[in-house]
Amino acid sequence: MVALTLPKNSRIQPGKTWPAPDSGDIREFRIYRWNPDDGANPRIDTYQIDMRKCGPMVLDALIKIKNEIDPTLTFRRSCREGVCGSCSMNIDGTNTLACVKHIEEIKGPVKIYPLPHLPVIKDLVPDLTQFYAQHREIEPWLKTDTPEPQAEWRQSHEDRARLDGLYECILCACCSTSCPSYWWNGDRYLGPAALLQAYRWLIDSRDEKTGDRLDNLEDPFRLYRCHTIMNCAKACPKGLSPARAIAEIKKLMVERRL
Amino acid sequence: MSETKPAARPLSPHLQIYRPMLTMMMSILHRITGAALYAGILLLIWWLVAAARSDTAFDTAQAFFGHWFGRIVLFGFSWALIHHALGGLRHLLWDTGRGFDLKTVEWLARANLIGAIALTILLWVIGYGVMP
Repeated sequence: MVALTLPKNSRIQPGKTWPAPDSGDIREFRIYRWNPDDGANPRIDTYQIDMRKCGPMVLDALIKIKNEIDPTLTFRRSCREGVCGSCSMNIDGTNTLACVKHIEEIKGPVKIYPLPHLPVIKDLVPDLTQFYAQHREIEPWLKTDTPEPQAEWRQSHEDRARLDGLYECILCACCSTSCPSYWWNGDRYLGPAALLQAYRWLIDSRDEKTGDRLDNLEDPFRLYRCHTIMNCAKACPKGLSPARAIAEIKKLMVERRL
Repeated sequence: MSETKPAARPLSPHLQIYRPMLTMMMSILHRITGAALYAGILLLIWWLVAAARSDTAFDTAQAFFGHWFGRIVLFGFSWALIHHALGGLRHLLWDTGRGFDLKTVEWLARANLIGAIALTILLWVIGYGVMP
């Protein structure tokens, strides 16, 4: 359902401003905080750091804050090079990976929130249970009737090339949580990430369950809540287009009826 | 271990913090203009029914549409119609699997927005031009 405002317990209160360093190239970071243990509403804490002593990416700043200013700041991170998809968050108004977002690109204070419209576990860590359940829902594995070959399932170079722009998805959830349709109907609409993955298996030349897969998606909500808003494609840190993948699925739906 | 009830998880902010982008705004505008067309169609129905009913009913309708306020409403209706129609063409293109390149997407949004305003003004210039 469309809910334009936040529930009472989610409204953001003013937070703490941490002291600035005495000198240097000071940059302000305003970060969403929520602690499950203190019973208070979420708040925005302001940190100031000297950019001469900080790496270029937003993740560098977050790690610096955690190491040097406030060890309670909580966020997910791992590879620090845009491969693992752990440090996805809302930075400067759009979803992206903190590890590949340059601080220099941002004008004014750097505002950081968890991925939008998700239950918050702590600070910048959202609960992605539903997101992963939706990925499982599209059965992201090879399904066949033919007996397994002795060596491997063969695929031509051309058929393999059709998976380009799809297989690179790292399931960071930037796209799904940027989508207003997913915000309002995330319980029934699969969302851009799961649908991009669904298309990746639909067009895999080795997969033999295309019909079943389409049956599973033919639903007013699961697939057709996409209204080509394009937030997904604009947010994807890997430069993929879930919007295009969804359009291709819709085309497959039409083609199989003709 | 003492038992503590976990606090209800807050919902992370969404619309409040997401950067408004042209494509996103055009999507909501497509909805709004689509809804406005329902109201616009009611005006058209009123006009047709009045014409079928009687001279006085038709004169009343004509008086409303001739009034400056009525004209503004009609101007808005014609803009909503053209804007929504151009948006429909954009969606038709996307339905064929084309026009998903981010640069194209941005161009289409601008073309839709500016094109609708330009065509609406053109329509009214012609309208006033041919009016006796």
